[in-house]
Amino acid sequence: MPDITRDEVAHLAALSRIDLSDAELDHMAPQLSVILDAVASITGVVGDDVPATSHPLPLTNVFREDVVTPGLTAEQALSGAPEVEEQRFAVPRILEEEA
Amino acid sequence: MSIDPTRATAAQMADALASGETTSVALTRAALERIAATDGDAEGGIHAFLHVDAEGALAQAEASDARRAAGAPLSPLDGVPVAVKDVLATTGLPTTCGSKMLEGWVPPYDATVVARLKAAGLPILGKTNMDEFAMGSSTEHSAYGPTRNPWDTTRIPGGSGGGSAAAVAAFQAPLALGTDTGGSIRQPGAVTGTVGVKPTYGAVSRYGLVAMANSLDQVGPVTRTVMDSALLQELIGGHDPLDSTSVVEPLPSLVEAAQQGATGDLTGLKVGVITELGGDGYQAGVRARFTEALDKLVAAGAEVVEVSCPSFVHALAAYYLVMPCEASSNLARFDAMRYGIRVMPESNDSPSAEAVMRATRDAGFGDEVKRRIILGTYALSSGYYDAYYGTAQKVRTLIQRDFDAAFESVDVLVSPTAPTTAFKLGEKLDDPLAMYLNDLATIPANLAGVPGMSLPAGLAEEDGLPVGFQILAPQLADDRLYRVGAALEAALEKEWGGPLLDQAPEVATLTSTEGALR
Repeated sequence: MPDITRDEVAHLAALSRIDLSDAELDHMAPQLSVILDAVASITGVVGDDVPATSHPLPLTNVFREDVVTPGLTAEQALSGAPEVEEQRFAVPRILEEEA
Repeated sequence: MSIDPTRATAAQMADALASGETTSVALTRAALERIAATDGDAEGGIHAFLHVDAEGALAQAEASDARRAAGAPLSPLDGVPVAVKDVLATTGLPTTCGSKMLEGWVPPYDATVVARLKAAGLPILGKTNMDEFAMGSSTEHSAYGPTRNPWDTTRIPGGSGGGSAAAVAAFQAPLALGTDTGGSIRQPGAVTGTVGVKPTYGAVSRYGLVAMANSLDQVGPVTRTVMDSALLQELIGGHDPLDSTSVVEPLPSLVEAAQQGATGDLTGLKVGVITELGGDGYQAGVRARFTEALDKLVAAGAEVVEVSCPSFVHALAAYYLVMPCEASSNLARFDAMRYGIRVMPESNDSPSAEAVMRATRDAGFGDEVKRRIILGTYALSSGYYDAYYGTAQKVRTLIQRDFDAAFESVDVLVSPTAPTTAFKLGEKLDDPLAMYLNDLATIPANLAGVPGMSLPAGLAEEDGLPVGFQILAPQLADDRLYRVGAALEAALEKEWGGPLLDQAPEVATLTSTEGALR
């Protein structure tokens, strides 16, 4: 498997919404290459005939009765928010135009 | 007979409460005093706790004593104090997951296991330290500083649940809750000389557990004896409608299994030693104690055979793909909008939500969390998905098949819990792969959802540190862990003349010149 380059790590960090500093990128890229090299050992060890397991229990369609149960109050739901306005989560601007 | 209020087992404490010899307030106060005397902070002491709730715990203890005095119904562990890993949601108590991201966050609801502890009258002493978001094998990845191993404070207590294991080993708490995604209950148990159980996947509710990898995470007990773990798992386990992956069918009685095992008779039991989890790469003292423990099982009447699980050699690689993939997805929820910290980017007067998110996630997450998020994002990207995540899921099937085949011929499987005893703090901090190798023997159980227990097997002669013995059983047969574990514990303690923790050095108290701020 190919090494993971510094540029790729920067791209992945952007996809993951993490601002990595140059120092972090320098440090992390070689570490990730070592880890990837180790885990890449499994590519090709199983054939197409083996089904995938995503979950240890054979559970499907777990339903409950459709009854109303108490939920959090607005105050509780907002209690951990960094910023609150008029009983809502206040967020930074979400559109791209400059303010 | 009077009990020692901190060194007694939870079962002994429960008996002493029932007989009126002690009170929950006395036990809780003794635990809190022990914590105050030994726990210290990031700089020194055991540092097993991130938050101690003396007031809340004493109020719960008073309520338990009052219920007992009034003749109200009581749970088997009513009044016995407990510590809770900081990854489980607790109302009124901060829940940080060892991360700056959740610094100061107080959840608006209780995890189901926490609600069950409260309903059963167990005073909650506080929240225990852990690797950030449960990612690590040493507790050094906590954003609040490492926990130290009570056997040797220059060494790691294991991870990610090093705080829970160290608290129990240092007699700060008789009971603790941990969580185990790849070994985070069992490996800390092994290196601190305590008992840790990862129940069958789904046997204990995950509601209110801050998820790392949903298909692997499991809550379980951390204690000093097999019986105490049985009592605690019975109390927190069972179906929970709030967790859709929770198992509906009840488990066989775990306490009865432990009682049966403690008689020391394992006649008719077949034990399989996993070929792939031992030998080269395992420390000499670990191998020696493991082999002697096998002799004890034979002496108790069990038949011991070797069993090969050939796909286990791929378990570590499969795990370090499945787990980061699930973690990268789970940790997307930390977006600086609804809970946790919000960090504004520098040099931007009107930053976008996305810029705030990026700055917050850089400041709020530590190195190991970032590594795993990026690794998971990579393995899930188009073009790599089939080769990495897809293959890892197929390997998971092979590992389940190995377990199924093995359990056709044996009742339980056994191995050392960890390849080495506790390593030095800092030793593997900048070598992630070396850290990952510690989970070699514990990971297969998580991938297959089977239950596993680690219990103390003795001390390695080369360093005098605890060695863990791992027992694995088929899904929903957690009772077998307790039967075999209790039998082995009884045989070993007979030889040692008492619990292994009696051989641990006295934990330095911070009022002594030696212990304070070393």
